[in-house]
Amino acid sequence: MDKPVNNRAWFLVLPVLVLVAFSAVIPLMTVVNYSVQDTFGNNQFFWNGLGWFQEVLESDRIHAALGRQLLFSAIILFIEIPLGIFIALNMPKRGFWASLVLVLMALPLLIPWNVVGTIWQVFGRVDIGLLGHTLAALGLDYNYVNDPVDAWATIIVMDVWHWTSLVALLCYAGLQSIPDAYYQAARIDQASRWGVFRFIELPKMRGVLLIAVLLRFMDSFMIYTEPFVVTGGGPGNATTFLSIDLVKMAIGQFDLGPAAAFSLIYFLVILLISWVFYTVMTAQRETL
Amino acid sequence: MAALRASRGWGSALVMTLYLSFLLVPIYWLVNMSLKTNAEITGTFSLWPLNPTLDNYRTILTDPSWYMGYVNSLIYVVMNTALSLAVALPAAYAFSRYRFLGDKHLFFWLLTNRMAPPAVFALPFFQLYSAIGLFDTHIAVALAHCLFNVPLAVWILEGFMSGVPREIDETAYVDGYSFPRFFVRIFMPLIASGIGVAAFFCFMFSWVELLLSRTLTSVNAKPIAATMTRTVSASGLDWGVLAAAGVLTILPGALVIWFVRNYIAKGFALGRV
Repeated sequence: MDKPVNNRAWFLVLPVLVLVAFSAVIPLMTVVNYSVQDTFGNNQFFWNGLGWFQEVLESDRIHAALGRQLLFSAIILFIEIPLGIFIALNMPKRGFWASLVLVLMALPLLIPWNVVGTIWQVFGRVDIGLLGHTLAALGLDYNYVNDPVDAWATIIVMDVWHWTSLVALLCYAGLQSIPDAYYQAARIDQASRWGVFRFIELPKMRGVLLIAVLLRFMDSFMIYTEPFVVTGGGPGNATTFLSIDLVKMAIGQFDLGPAAAFSLIYFLVILLISWVFYTVMTAQRETL
Repeated sequence: MAALRASRGWGSALVMTLYLSFLLVPIYWLVNMSLKTNAEITGTFSLWPLNPTLDNYRTILTDPSWYMGYVNSLIYVVMNTALSLAVALPAAYAFSRYRFLGDKHLFFWLLTNRMAPPAVFALPFFQLYSAIGLFDTHIAVALAHCLFNVPLAVWILEGFMSGVPREIDETAYVDGYSFPRFFVRIFMPLIASGIGVAAFFCFMFSWVELLLSRTLTSVNAKPIAATMTRTVSASGLDWGVLAAAGVLTILPGALVIWFVRNYIAKGFALGRV
């Protein structure tokens, strides 16, 4: 990696910089601005210091939402990453079936998120949905509208349905890059199936797994549309995740100050956890 | 190798069959509903339409307030994809070929925008685009989606570009190519699959996003996804039309996947295998 130093490369980066500054920095400054001011209406603002931050950090409602969010992301990673690896190991390697499987697997990824919500909202209904109807026919008391556990189960199954393919496709790409010679060597050494996985396939997938874990963590931590369509955050507050709470505050009640302070803290939490993931997983790669 | 394959063959086929059924059954259920009348949906429970009808699709394809939603979505998605690629290509080249002041920080800062929750930006975007008179236009949504698509496009393209040996650039310069001519005539064809993959991802994330596109539009540029949510709440329970609209939102994605199917596997690894 001995790239030449060339500061004129900045000119090539400039368009991106201008565009992203326009669509990220200006709005972010607005948020910072709101987060330290209070208003009595009429566009008259006055300095409120760190008052909103204190309010947000001490809010039981937001603590509860953060707790639910962390639990949700943890469950999602815990299910989708191993399942995705497992699926990738079982995918056909080449030929017509490989193409077909790839296309079918990518299908859920390209469905608009509210349609994903709609699909599962309908699918889980006891009166007209296949899933709800089947569970009811089996004698299970399933109702995602009233029962918090059922609501959680529905949203988790929905997310697994929606995103496991992304993890699987990433891992599949990692597996495709392993030369056949590695497997032949393993066979000569009479390596077990587990040994092949542990010492050949897993190390080769490390790079793509990092991307998978980061993407899945970031996106599950920001999830809004799908649970909003399915449960609207209910029953009660059982599935009110951070984004749902934030949108309610900012656009529903127009509580600009607290919403802005909340936004900044939310963003920092995501940055922090993503950075930890990134550091831990790259450090692991270097020790191997 | 063959023995290993054979022993895994049947198990793998079973696993994949189960997984694909899990993926396809909910979609099948939506298609099934879209071919039924409302009376049949709520009245009887059947695994396939007893009296298949295309009325729901007819409703959508003859009513401008419905089908314009698809047109609006496609317009801003295409604009966003073009815009993201146009700015990301030179930037990705700079990141893959040169070191310059603050390059690492800049790259990480770009990625942090991919990590920013859209919910954080919904309200400021609304105010910003209202203030400059772009509210309810396609370009507003296209620009807003650049927030997460430009960093992703730079990330993907940088991966693909780093796979092209630098000797090719140097040879071209020695041969007297100017930078723009080299970039368009020689370099871009070399990373064509990378550009395709980046375009696929920009299309995908812009097409599926709802929160920002709904916040930034009201009538003229309203995306199909928002049309669906509002029509449902307004007219109560028109399940058949809702299902048909849902099925129609899946089609563009399915078409795009079919075109890029040979690059999907490599593309999902963002060129970094």
